[in-house]
Amino acid sequence: MSTHAAGRGMSDLAIRNWFIIPTIVFLIVFNIFPLLYSLGYSFTDYRASMNDPVKFVGLQNYRELLEDEYVWANFVLTAKYVIMSVVGQVVVGFGAALLLNRPIPYKGTLTTVLMLPMMMCMAVVGLFWQLLYSPSWGIVNYVFFTEGKVWLSDPDVALLAIAITDIWMWAPFVMLLSLAGLSAIPPSLYEAAAIDRASRWFVFRHITLPLVAPLLLIAIIFRTMEAFKTFDIAFVMASMDETELVAIKLYKMAFQEWQTGRSCALAYIVLLAVLAITNVYVKYLNRLKAR
Amino acid sequence: MAIVQSRLSRWWNRGAIALVLALMVIMMIPLYWIGSTAFKSRADTTTVPPTVFFKPEITPFIKLFTARAQERGVTDPAAYAKAPWWEKRVMEGGDRFIKDEKGNIESSGYVARFVNSIIIAVISTFLAVAMGTITAYGFSRFKMPGEDDWLFFILSTRMLPPVVVAIPMFLMYRAVGLVDTHVGLIILYTAFNLSFSVWLMKGFIDEIPKEYEEAALVDGYTRMEAFFKIVLPQAATGIAATAVFCFITAWNEYAFALMMTNKNAQTAPPYIPSQLGSGLTDWTVIAAGSLLFLIPVALFTFFLRDHLLRGVTFGAIRR
Repeated sequence: MSTHAAGRGMSDLAIRNWFIIPTIVFLIVFNIFPLLYSLGYSFTDYRASMNDPVKFVGLQNYRELLEDEYVWANFVLTAKYVIMSVVGQVVVGFGAALLLNRPIPYKGTLTTVLMLPMMMCMAVVGLFWQLLYSPSWGIVNYVFFTEGKVWLSDPDVALLAIAITDIWMWAPFVMLLSLAGLSAIPPSLYEAAAIDRASRWFVFRHITLPLVAPLLLIAIIFRTMEAFKTFDIAFVMASMDETELVAIKLYKMAFQEWQTGRSCALAYIVLLAVLAITNVYVKYLNRLKAR
Repeated sequence: MAIVQSRLSRWWNRGAIALVLALMVIMMIPLYWIGSTAFKSRADTTTVPPTVFFKPEITPFIKLFTARAQERGVTDPAAYAKAPWWEKRVMEGGDRFIKDEKGNIESSGYVARFVNSIIIAVISTFLAVAMGTITAYGFSRFKMPGEDDWLFFILSTRMLPPVVVAIPMFLMYRAVGLVDTHVGLIILYTAFNLSFSVWLMKGFIDEIPKEYEEAALVDGYTRMEAFFKIVLPQAATGIAATAVFCFITAWNEYAFALMMTNKNAQTAPPYIPSQLGSGLTDWTVIAAGSLLFLIPVALFTFFLRDHLLRGVTFGAIRR
């Protein structure tokens, strides 16, 4: 293509290949190859803790998993968790963005400080919330006058308690995206609405919401995917059947019960779900980029 | 009418600002609690009502850095009198330092984990950003058959749940002896951050006008020279931001570290919760460890403030 560089240095084609192919090879070796490896094991009764000969069992692992009501219970639990946590994040995050979307002194610093929780290490934050939730000396019970309430070892509220921590961490994420959407709305639209004496609700419903929707949707899809994959925070905060999300179930099956073959099969079921959501996410991301 | 309107909206504004401040306080309580517990005396952590104001102490940090054991029986008064002030603090808590043969105080498990965290996060960040930058340049400047599909493939590796990848990786690492090694975690973190780095850097490089390089090519630079001397300096801010994001991700990562390491290469995130023993937990030490671990990230967040949006959307939204 470029006549000047021809003959000297590498050709553009060579540079392109040298720049791109190593990365793709690296990702294939360390992400795709392991997945093929586990796909193979998902059809066997392999147990990594034993030296027994590995037996091919066909689709038995998948069949058993899909018939196992406890596994279904894990999925239902995860769905509940996803809904609680994502709805909470959207309400708090979008609400905060609406509040912040006006001239406020030190707004930049304020917003950055509000972002801090989502940058933190989930395991450490989750651990520390245990102290906040402590029945006798936790600040949560003190602030809400619920003295002596056990949060993290009560089967009825433990999942909610974990979701609240997740909301605390990730509402800022929704806020960040919503703020970006809100600040991109041209003021002229609001001025026109003011001239027409439109009500606040009408303005919100017909100007604000539709224009923020694309970014809000991105935030919701992304958080849904992340909530579905939740491991760290729930694993650190509680260990009950009532808080055993799919990722935790998978971990226990693979690294505590050493049912390697079966866990590989479950991993594939989870993987398909995640890939489906990723597909939707990237589609919306590209649509947004094209604007 | 207009005056009434504007007065109403002024009140509306004030109400909103008050709510923002309230939200701010609520959001900051957990962080304040970590920070303050790190300077409390052990007794202050288990009071009803919770202690908000107290006389700060440095004891939790002395305990954090040193290996200690519980003193059985009564502390020897002569030893106590001779001990330096920091050792007295530990003795007052009913502990004693664990010392080696030469009498030097041994460092705690936390110190080793913190060092591991730094080593692993720094090296994996360097690798991910270096590879990510050149790959992003490749995608940004050259045509590639199936480009969008490749980019989707790269991003999708980022979305894989860590546990799903960890199971086969553990088996493979076990076969080649990479379990509980620095190299093992560095490879995993590099792979995890690489896709992010490619996407984010592509966004930054797309913004650098092609004309700069083309002018350089006309001046007789080779493509390689143009990349190193023109594009890289232009992309410096983007590279720095990407590196900080990758560092934070590697620094905070928990699941892989939990499953792939147990001692030698263990990083701080799985170690800190493991201190939570049964029975009497010393929350001051956990808080001190957490605080030290979270501070770098807090500082980096301010450094990244203008790039946060870009970072969390993989470079798709640039503002």
